[in-house]
Amino acid sequence: MKSIGIGARVGRSASAICLLALMLPALAFASDRVPKPVIAIDKPGRCVEDTATMRREHPDMLRHQRDLTMHEGIRTRKHSLKECVECHASAKTGTVLGENGFCQSCHDYASVRIDCFSCHASRPKLAMGAKP
Amino acid sequence: MSRDANDGLSRRGFLAISATTLGGVMLAPGIRLIEIAAARSPEQAVSKLVRWGLLIDINKCAPGCSECVKACATENAIKSTGHARTDPQWIRKVELKDMRTGRTSSVPVMCQHCEHPPCVDVCPTGASFKRADGIVLVDRHICIGCRYCMMACPYKARSIVFEEVTGQNADVPRGKGCAEACTLCVHRVDRDQQPACVEACARAGHNAMIFGDLNDPQSEIAQRVAKYASTHIRADLLLNPGVRYQGL
Amino acid sequence: MAESLVYRELGDPSRRFWSLLALLAVPLALAAGSYFYVEHYGHIVTGMDNQIVWGMPHVFAMFLVVAATGALNVAVAASAFGKTAYRPVAPLSALVSLALLVGGLALLMLDLGRSDRMIVAVTSLNSQSVFALRVILYDGFMASVGVYLWFLLERRMNRYIKPAATMALLWQLLLITGTGLEFGFNFRAMYDSVLYAPMFIAFASAYGTAVLILILLAVCRWEDSLVPDELSRRLKNLLGISVGAALFFAVLFLSSKYELPRSRDVARFLLFDGGVYTALLWLGQLAMGGIVPLALLLRARVSRASLATACILVVLGGLAQMYVTLIGGQAYPQILFPGMIESSSFFDGEIHPYAPSLPEVLLGIGGIALAASIVAVALRALAMLPERLDQAAGPQA
Repeated sequence: MKSIGIGARVGRSASAICLLALMLPALAFASDRVPKPVIAIDKPGRCVEDTATMRREHPDMLRHQRDLTMHEGIRTRKHSLKECVECHASAKTGTVLGENGFCQSCHDYASVRIDCFSCHASRPKLAMGAKP
Repeated sequence: MSRDANDGLSRRGFLAISATTLGGVMLAPGIRLIEIAAARSPEQAVSKLVRWGLLIDINKCAPGCSECVKACATENAIKSTGHARTDPQWIRKVELKDMRTGRTSSVPVMCQHCEHPPCVDVCPTGASFKRADGIVLVDRHICIGCRYCMMACPYKARSIVFEEVTGQNADVPRGKGCAEACTLCVHRVDRDQQPACVEACARAGHNAMIFGDLNDPQSEIAQRVAKYASTHIRADLLLNPGVRYQGL
Repeated sequence: MAESLVYRELGDPSRRFWSLLALLAVPLALAAGSYFYVEHYGHIVTGMDNQIVWGMPHVFAMFLVVAATGALNVAVAASAFGKTAYRPVAPLSALVSLALLVGGLALLMLDLGRSDRMIVAVTSLNSQSVFALRVILYDGFMASVGVYLWFLLERRMNRYIKPAATMALLWQLLLITGTGLEFGFNFRAMYDSVLYAPMFIAFASAYGTAVLILILLAVCRWEDSLVPDELSRRLKNLLGISVGAALFFAVLFLSSKYELPRSRDVARFLLFDGGVYTALLWLGQLAMGGIVPLALLLRARVSRASLATACILVVLGGLAQMYVTLIGGQAYPQILFPGMIESSSFFDGEIHPYAPSLPEVLLGIGGIALAASIVAVALRALAMLPERLDQAAGPQA
């Protein structure tokens, strides 16, 4: 029986480990340890776009809108983050963050950090005066 | 139609001509007004036809009064943390005493919204920028917190946020690690309102601050600066700020 | 024709080398810890505030960056100006220059208020910004020195050394001038002078040469060999001239600030009333960093010990100078109303206090350790040290 060199042995173990590592995500689907996001829509009515579009494109929508608002002063309500928060803040906790928060629970599930609310208010503005 | 004794203009004719002229005179500035200073709708981008400015009359500014400072803190949800040295301040009252004459005065100082802002010149990412209508802002999406703008600003207008911020005003996002300064209440200006400090000063009865479009010859601020002497802080730097002072 | 130079890695034994790395790992780990601590809690845990916005990390970073630009002088002298005695140490000079710059840049990036946006810092550049230009200057410098180093080490590229060195010299000048003008074009009372450009060129040469000599002495000590007399003499002279120039520009700067009425107040603050800044200026920058090293170096024959002492004093004087420039420049208030006494709730018109905090100092020392680690690892892994230090050779060797 031919003995294999150390290089080949290392190569074999490395590829075995890689293969196993690639199979790990399957565990995530299989187990119920990862809580599914809680999507609680407290306010009636429809979102500005349909669900599939929102899920896929809300980062780009927000990024585009923020440049328009910041640099050109365009403050239409349709894709504004403020309006999202107005509608989607939980009726119970008053915020989109927190354990079952609208934004937080999906982002926790997808493991994507939300940077927005380190600056933006996560609670709707108290009704005061006219809004644009 | 009856004729006057003098050959020339009949009364009707005179009235007709006067009415037309008056109407023409009134309409002409009216037409320009609509062009320049009409309320901008939210879908429209800001334009450089407008240059927002403040005119502060030091003679009317009461020493010991800090209504503008308090209003700014309330409007922008800037809470005191008890650490005065690290708390941001967007507007402050600077108490002055002339070393030679002994005259004392009190001056509200905030971001001067320069035409040639040094903070914009030095910002490595372009987060510090000047909007087309002259308001200098910080785009906190790309601010990396390097504080170079704070080194460069000759008016000590900028602050950096040292701690986590909560309870922000939904119209005024602000957060840890980013530079910030007076925004001229851009969120209010875009709604055709006045900055909070100006409103508070008027409410307190001092009326030391006027806000308006410096490019609009019909606005109160433009008429005042055309009529009465006004100057800038550190005018020698030739930064042409949007904030002008009378009585300095 | 002189024989070609042969290069080799740093000598054994390897156990000593691993101990060195282990020793360097300590400040590196402490710096990493400090970085995560400050990043998590915010800059509130440092000694910086809205008046002193750049603290100890910037003091160390600016020193490293300035020294990096100057450390290349020896290599450029060899390759672009034909000073053959320096040729054996040209690769070491280029390596030290790169390592110091990486250490300095790392400190600048790690001290950001939003360091999670480091990528933004290097990809989204403001075309109008002088500061953004510096990012290009740093990158260009590193690229040109990298190419130059490669040409130095690879025999078949040796014929292109001179153009590469000239390119590196150009970037070096651009970078150091830009660094100086970062202060020179600033409106603060202590800055606001174009003299900062030549002054920083002199500082760079002094600090960079001092660091390079110290590393060369350390390498020779590690291998139990001696720096040849001729090389040592030339390096001593280079350092002496640089320190002399640095002292000259510092005195010129201070005198000009004092002479002009509009800046006399800040000159008085620096020279007499500044407390710690005055002490660091006179004792640190001028005495330790200028007069004493000059006295040590301006002799015909200088012992290794005196040379090393002079270098250490120059480095300490350099750190003192950076502290006075950076912190002192911020401690002195911005004058909004000349001729008036100012006071406000935002600390206008008063000298701003500053006390360095432990995380800042640890981060700064980590930057130095990073530069040292890069030098150590590169010397061990790559053949950068000459077989013989006394083998003067032309640029094409």
